[in-house]
Amino acid sequence: MFEKSTSGPAGSGQPTPEQSALERTAPDDAARSDRIAVSIRHLSKSFDGVEVLRDVDLEVREGDVVTILGSSGSGKSTLLRCINWLERPDSGSIHIGGQRIGVNDAGRPMPVRELAKVRARTGMVFQSFNLWPHLNVLHNVTEAPIHVLGKSKAEAEALARDLLEKVGMSPKADAYPSTLSGGQKQRVAIARALAMQPEVMLFDEPTSALDPELVGEVLAVIKDLSAEGYTMVIVTHEMAFARAVSDQVVFLEKGLIIEQADPETFFTHASTERVRQFLERNEG
Amino acid sequence: MSNWEILWGARDQFWSGFASTMAIFGLSISAAFAIGCGMLYLLEGSRPRLTVPVRVFIDAMRMLPFLILVYLLYYGLPAFDIRLDAWWSGVGALAVYHGCYFAEIFRGARLTFPPGQVEAAKAHGFTKGKMFFRLILPQIVMQTRPLLGNQLIYALKDTAFLVIITVQELTAAANSLSGTYFIPTEAFIVVIGFYWAVSVVMEIIIKQCGRFSAKRGFDHV
Ligand SMILES: Nc1ncnc2c1ncn2[C@@H]1O[C@H](COP(=O)(O)OP(=O)(O)OP(=O)(O)O)[C@@H](O)[C@H]1O
Ligand SMILES: [Mg+2]
Repeated sequence: MFEKSTSGPAGSGQPTPEQSALERTAPDDAARSDRIAVSIRHLSKSFDGVEVLRDVDLEVREGDVVTILGSSGSGKSTLLRCINWLERPDSGSIHIGGQRIGVNDAGRPMPVRELAKVRARTGMVFQSFNLWPHLNVLHNVTEAPIHVLGKSKAEAEALARDLLEKVGMSPKADAYPSTLSGGQKQRVAIARALAMQPEVMLFDEPTSALDPELVGEVLAVIKDLSAEGYTMVIVTHEMAFARAVSDQVVFLEKGLIIEQADPETFFTHASTERVRQFLERNEG
Repeated sequence: MSNWEILWGARDQFWSGFASTMAIFGLSISAAFAIGCGMLYLLEGSRPRLTVPVRVFIDAMRMLPFLILVYLLYYGLPAFDIRLDAWWSGVGALAVYHGCYFAEIFRGARLTFPPGQVEAAKAHGFTKGKMFFRLILPQIVMQTRPLLGNQLIYALKDTAFLVIITVQELTAAANSLSGTYFIPTEAFIVVIGFYWAVSVVMEIIIKQCGRFSAKRGFDHV
């Protein structure tokens, strides 16, 4: 589904098993699809009576990288976590590749198994990595493909080795997470999410827990993914990175999207005073 | 003939008592482990209708003297037309009693289990059962290993209580020999040796398992 030139029904699901994640050809921009990977409509969410998201609308086209900026507490994580239903919205709808998440056709809460299936169409990378420490690097990556998608061990391991290669973690395939640096952990976490062959990758401040000298290695991996045409939604505080990698930048303020533009426009001619202030304070 | 020679002559009785103790211990502790895991799984649920009774049951068991539980199963159950022989009453009592202790140990560790890992599992499409058995439980067991080792030793010692309901185990063997030949000190010293030997072997095994979890960053050995 990262091959923008081939057409098919939107959200046609997982790629065939023969297609490894690495074999997918990167799309050229001319062929950029207009299919929608994630569609968020009228999304609202409050915690204890405090509105954290207010009537948020957002569309992510397949192959696009959307970065979400905003000050602390503006609702960025909550928005991201609503996309895979880790957070349950109060109202509004979210579709992943055309399928609504969390609510079934009859308008009732989705049964857990069905919810898990839709969730698996997204991949998530957390600020604090959240690797499973009792499994080595390779098994962290193969765990969900084998036990959720039902892939064979051999197939899952072949894919995992490809992905570890891609994130530069092949030499550590047998290591346990506790022996890795933060940057290495995060790269494994990215490989782990990619192994589910998701239609969209969600990153929640993937470099915020890292020592400054380790930030670069993780951002480089994410940049590579964007060049390969992965659809991604990224919450970050790395302005230069956001500018370089995004197709669309979204600015959240108190749960409202107050600015949404292509990166050039956003970083040079932001229309709201609030965004200009934010950019000044977060220069670099 | 010295007292020790008398005991040596009766070594078959010790051996069969020891074999019986080990069978009871092995079976009941395996069942207790399964019960502990099962209860932890039930506690994963968010419905208080299920979790509250489980919590109450665990606490009730932990606050009950083991001997009384044994009496209850052996002498009390027949009143409800359930008849277990002494051996199965003993195994059942040990399994349930220590199962509740296992559950409590697991529960304590579960409370500090990193929620981020559960979220990562959900985000990767895991549902409750697989998440529990593949990701949560293995870590909880590794993390609680020293406490589990301790509990094993308690369980081993509790097998001795079963002499009260006529189970022919190690302590019963010592009891009967000391009664027959009037040599309580030597007879009991021998069984103490048995209990210590088994405990020491278990300690060593549990320590060795510690290497497995230390490699994964769970603790330091
Ligand atoms: N589970 C929760 N329960 C109660 N309040 C919450 C919860 N999660 C988030 N909030 C509140 O919602 C608001 C938005 O939180 P959110 O984590 O989405 O912000 P954020 O933009 O990601 O901030 P940061 O940059 O600090 O990560 C905050 O005020 C936060 O305190
Ligand atoms: Mg956040």
